[in-house]
Amino acid sequence: MAISLTVNRKPRTVDVEPDKPLLWVLREDLGMPGTKFGCGAGLCGACTVILNGEAVRSCQTPLADAAGKQIVTIEGVAALPVGAKVVEAWTALDVPQCGYCQAGQIMSATALLTATPKPSADEVTAGMAGNICRCATYLRIQKAIAEASKAIAGAAA
Amino acid sequence: MSTLAVNRRSFLVASLASGAALTFEARLAFAATGKAEPAMLGAFITIAPDNTVTILAKNPEIGQGVKTMLPMLIAEELDVAWSQVKIQQADENQDKYGPQFAGGSMTTPLNWLPARQAGAGARAMLVAAAAQQWGVPATSLTTGEGMVKHAASGRSITYAALAPVAAKIAAPDLEKVPLKSPKDFRIVGKAMKGVDTPAIVRGEPLFGIDAHPEGMLYAAMVKCPVISGTLKSFDDSAVRKEKGVLAVVAITDGEIPAGKHNAVAVIGDSWWRVHKAREKLAVEWETAGFDGFSTEGYTAQAKALLGAAPTADLFKAGNADAALAKAAKVVTADYAYPFLAHATLEPQNCTALWHADGKLEFWAPTQDPGTARGDIAKVLGIAPASMTIHMTRIGGGFGRRLMSDFMVLTACVAKAVPGRPVKLLFDRTDDMRNDYYRPAGWHRMTAGIDAGGALVALKDHFVTFGAGGKPVRAAEMRATEFPGPVLPDVHFGMSFIPTNLTTGWLRAPTSNAVSFVFQGFLDEVAEAAGTDLPELMRRTLGAQRQLPPEPDDTPFDTGRARGVIDAVCKFAGWTGKRSATPGKGRGFGFYFSHRGYFAEVVDLTITDGSTITIDKVWVAGDIGSQVINPLNAEHQMQGAVIDGIAQALVWQPIEQKAGAVTQENFGDFPLIRINQTPGEVAITWVVTDNPPTGLGEPTLPPVIPAIANAIRDATGKRLRNLPMSLA
Repeated sequence: MAISLTVNRKPRTVDVEPDKPLLWVLREDLGMPGTKFGCGAGLCGACTVILNGEAVRSCQTPLADAAGKQIVTIEGVAALPVGAKVVEAWTALDVPQCGYCQAGQIMSATALLTATPKPSADEVTAGMAGNICRCATYLRIQKAIAEASKAIAGAAA
Repeated sequence: MSTLAVNRRSFLVASLASGAALTFEARLAFAATGKAEPAMLGAFITIAPDNTVTILAKNPEIGQGVKTMLPMLIAEELDVAWSQVKIQQADENQDKYGPQFAGGSMTTPLNWLPARQAGAGARAMLVAAAAQQWGVPATSLTTGEGMVKHAASGRSITYAALAPVAAKIAAPDLEKVPLKSPKDFRIVGKAMKGVDTPAIVRGEPLFGIDAHPEGMLYAAMVKCPVISGTLKSFDDSAVRKEKGVLAVVAITDGEIPAGKHNAVAVIGDSWWRVHKAREKLAVEWETAGFDGFSTEGYTAQAKALLGAAPTADLFKAGNADAALAKAAKVVTADYAYPFLAHATLEPQNCTALWHADGKLEFWAPTQDPGTARGDIAKVLGIAPASMTIHMTRIGGGFGRRLMSDFMVLTACVAKAVPGRPVKLLFDRTDDMRNDYYRPAGWHRMTAGIDAGGALVALKDHFVTFGAGGKPVRAAEMRATEFPGPVLPDVHFGMSFIPTNLTTGWLRAPTSNAVSFVFQGFLDEVAEAAGTDLPELMRRTLGAQRQLPPEPDDTPFDTGRARGVIDAVCKFAGWTGKRSATPGKGRGFGFYFSHRGYFAEVVDLTITDGSTITIDKVWVAGDIGSQVINPLNAEHQMQGAVIDGIAQALVWQPIEQKAGAVTQENFGDFPLIRINQTPGEVAITWVVTDNPPTGLGEPTLPPVIPAIANAIRDATGKRLRNLPMSLA
């Protein structure tokens, strides 16, 4: 049965098993491999996407649950005003090392700063603790979130 | 110190490619000290008619930054603007490009000189071309931003415009071509962002897992839960009926690289489908002879072996037992550390296409494509030259992808579906249970201190994993481990435990464990001697001199060691006094590995008696005369320190029951997260007149003992087992 959803503002229809995780629908059926597979168990955050404004683990989200929803992935995050600031900060500070987790990090940071534009240190930690970076780029992730937060405040002023 | 001796086989060829682009192919033969065979470096530079410069990046990029760093060296001496430079990843072709591996923090020491010479040689040819065209002496010309300039006449010309003339200029002797003085560097030493950063933040397909050649199939596999076990029988009738399943293939070929990797692979049109379908496979494995291995068994054997004499000698000087018998004080302690997994965030995977003519093409996240080529040739009985290996960006290496098992398995899968590219992807549990683990180890340390408080005798009984009276891969330690070589009476002995687990190199291999043992134990010795560890190290190091290395290694310079110890003490304001604030602790650690000298101080806080929070880590490092890309260097060092903290406090042991590894995912093998990250990792450099060396690895080891020593400072408790816990 064909299932429709919106990915990065584009309506998409896929005809695969409804229990297929959104991660694999994105990677295999929609040709969008930016969202990454890390653990398949919702433990590492590499597969994070934004679903109706909330950061979710796409490896734990069956396609059926995404039906009719608005999905934003790393390929489209810069089209969001907050996402654009996050991506700019990530680039300016050269956050990635291997880069594999960074799509998930950027999606979580975007969701965090959308909900909480000026997060405290504890809020940053809480918002990002679900995303593992095996290279441990955490110090730059913290800095980039602070930079993006400043830029968002500047844009709003 | 290692020097790179460039021999007479170096050459440089310039030619005009189609579209009037000028290409330089620089081939430099060089030999690293201690290596018998000279290797070639091929540096490939193309100057397009619009004066953009394309430089091939030849080594695997695992996040260590070499895809940016190596072209920086060439661009610097070629004297072009970094903004003119485009970088392309080379395929594996070591006849053409020279050594192409990511390991041992070797990329910088192996390429520092040859890469610069390649750029400088090309520049010299362009200058000679301009001199000829203008009829002026080459010495009257300068270069910059991809232009040759003649100040006297005010003329300037782009490199691209010189292409037709430069292609006919005789190549200079690359061994004599003048190199820039570091004070003239415009690219080297400047903060350069990662070349792939913009593509990463856009989510572009860069990684092995993203490879998608036309018509690609997917494969998931079931492997024997007991490493080295073999396939007895399987029933695939149910799995073949599953949606999307196209083929089921048994992999029973050969040993990869040592250790059987029998598996049954399910091939189909979606990884999610074949991964799900594999649950329907009924497989019987032969595990006899391998199912007796367990963590419990290793621990019991280690305990028994530690109580007996070592079965092999690693290093002996004087008479350690006699010296200990007359020492004023004797300190003894047992240290231990567990098996660890690499847990790269991108699970092991590879894509391969078995072409109709029998040639094999790979898209591979590999740290060592050359070894993989040899292993695949051996296991599949095909010619090494029949393979093409495209190197993808790699989602974390840490040594895991120096091994070629995942490529050999993929080759076997591809052979079953000729004409169709196929991607084999491990799931997280496959990855966790089929690693080449950092081996566990046990050390019984004994030291003798004389009446003056000097360390005079040392014994280490190292119980490790071995076969045939020798340690297995990555289970060895250096015979020259400091302070062995400077003491009169020393005995390093070994005893061996057999294992079925495959073992391998984990970032700063051996050093990540032995640093903890030796610097933790020396902190105990310092305490017994009435001093602190930095001071005990200074006394033991003595005057500046080079201690002879093991074969293929570099000497240990006691002066450079002292340099970083002094620097970090000054940087952190080390007083040697115990922390006055309850719950606060400070510890020190030094280590020399991978040609780099690092000393680190850890400040930590203990709350509720057992929660350990790292407040700040101070790092002083000596990697020679030049930090090539300080933006990346700082980042690598911070990452290595946090990686060390993870090994010390967060990672849990890889355990075995009935031969099988029991860990399955990040629930039982947790990685460090942002909430466990130190508040600050502060870095200072000790610049010395030595060839630049790498830093992906040597920053890691000292932080682990520094944490142990800081916990002692804060609580009075000595933690001698990894991971450390006060609970």
